[in-house]
Amino acid sequence: MKAYFTELFTGAWSLIVGLTVTLKALFSPVVTVQYPRQKIDVTPNYRGHIDLIKDPETGTHRCITCGMCMRDCPSDCIYLEGEKQEGVKGKVLTLYTLDYTKCSHCGACVEVCPTQALDYCDDYEVAGFAREDFHYDLLKRVEERE
Amino acid sequence: MNVDVIEDERQHQFVLNMGPQHPSTHGVLRVLLKMEGEYVLDPQPVLGYVHRCHEKIGEYKPARAFMPNTARMDYLGALIYNQGYAMLLERAAGIEVPRRAEYIRVITSELNRIQSHLLWYGAYLLDLGAFTPIMYAFDDREHILDTLEDICGSRLTYCYCRVGGVCKDIDDKFIERTRAFIERLRGRLPMYEKLVNGNIIVQKRMKSVGNYTPELCARYGVTGPLLRAAGVEYDLRKAEPYSVYSEFDFEVPTEQQGDAWAAFNVRYREIEQSLRIVEQALDKLPEGEVMEAKVPKKLRLPQGDYNCSVEAPRGELSYYLVSDGSDIPYRIKVRTPSYSNLSVVPEVCKGMMIADVVTSMGALDLVIPEIDR
Repeated sequence: MKAYFTELFTGAWSLIVGLTVTLKALFSPVVTVQYPRQKIDVTPNYRGHIDLIKDPETGTHRCITCGMCMRDCPSDCIYLEGEKQEGVKGKVLTLYTLDYTKCSHCGACVEVCPTQALDYCDDYEVAGFAREDFHYDLLKRVEERE
Repeated sequence: MNVDVIEDERQHQFVLNMGPQHPSTHGVLRVLLKMEGEYVLDPQPVLGYVHRCHEKIGEYKPARAFMPNTARMDYLGALIYNQGYAMLLERAAGIEVPRRAEYIRVITSELNRIQSHLLWYGAYLLDLGAFTPIMYAFDDREHILDTLEDICGSRLTYCYCRVGGVCKDIDDKFIERTRAFIERLRGRLPMYEKLVNGNIIVQKRMKSVGNYTPELCARYGVTGPLLRAAGVEYDLRKAEPYSVYSEFDFEVPTEQQGDAWAAFNVRYREIEQSLRIVEQALDKLPEGEVMEAKVPKKLRLPQGDYNCSVEAPRGELSYYLVSDGSDIPYRIKVRTPSYSNLSVVPEVCKGMMIADVVTSMGALDLVIPEIDR
């Protein structure tokens, strides 16, 4: 009988103690943000999909069409082509496509690139209606970029 | 007693489908429950809903390219899975890892473990009907995710470890943020105790639910916090110290009762121990490189079979690799803790009431993609 009342009392007290915690939280600052209207800055190290870097000196990308990224990619999501052009040393990149549906952001391509031509972009709001929306033409993207 | 009543009793038996889309299974796990009224006569887990052939994928590409897959198996312990796999390949290829990289691996892994336990803490109590704790736990967990995102680049499926080190060094900002987090969480733990651990309803729901004995755990291969809740002090970080764990001073929390409440307390106390490890690792962090320079581009593993085990948040994770001498593994086998932990359900949950099955399964801390891989 005594144990019953002791438990009743300690149990009720534990609930009151718990409620004071929530009561305190009620008057503490809000920790969430109202997402679509309010946004948090993305860290510069964020790994989005890859992009060709625009070299500020030459005004174009640094890809030498060696194909290392294509070979090292675990999911085969990179495809590139290059051709010999007259008057230019080495091959010239003519096509660089990324199938983002297969990419797992491992970073193998960025790390293996001998000319540091690749980097992660910070797009995080990527959604689409068709699979083809995620087949990016990186060469086109780098040319269009400011 | 007439015949009608007996027939009537038989009609009380029915089969109840828990899952595959049940909130308390945290993923697509289906449990077939043979019921008699409120009591469970025979619970049978049905697996295979998220099977993605990870082990088979490993046999088709170079050993190193399997690294992103390891994070997808257990999305809550991604860094620990990465670490285990990197250690396996290093062991096979005989590569030394710089000490700074080992320390960074330990720091990030332990942060990952805390993050995993915090999510379990919130989600488990949510299963039991308490909504508030998950909000508080997620608030704290968010700090870990932000800190890790700053160096790993992603928030959940990190691919941070490399064969021979880690892909990016940590900076002063990371160290500062981690220290601030340790202080913050230490300040918050008494709050959790007040809110949940002392709560009479939580205790009444968890105490004496499930009966894990060391003998039962050994029979099913149960590891991790559940085994420690049964009173066995077995933690790979202590029992077989890998990486640099032997250099830290920490305890292995154990309980004796072997019920859901014991498992709850073991996990909760592990958060504190992980904080201790992170703090010591930050204090002792050596200078130097984070990546071994002499790692061959094409990683050819010598012929033979290799094994590597680490302590994941849910128990013992073990990789087994058979190499035929080429750069593509002949076979990769992953022993994941949740699979073995789940196999005790038919025995432990037999005869329980249905609400206790939810309590019991929550205490297992299941991650379904890890069970199915």
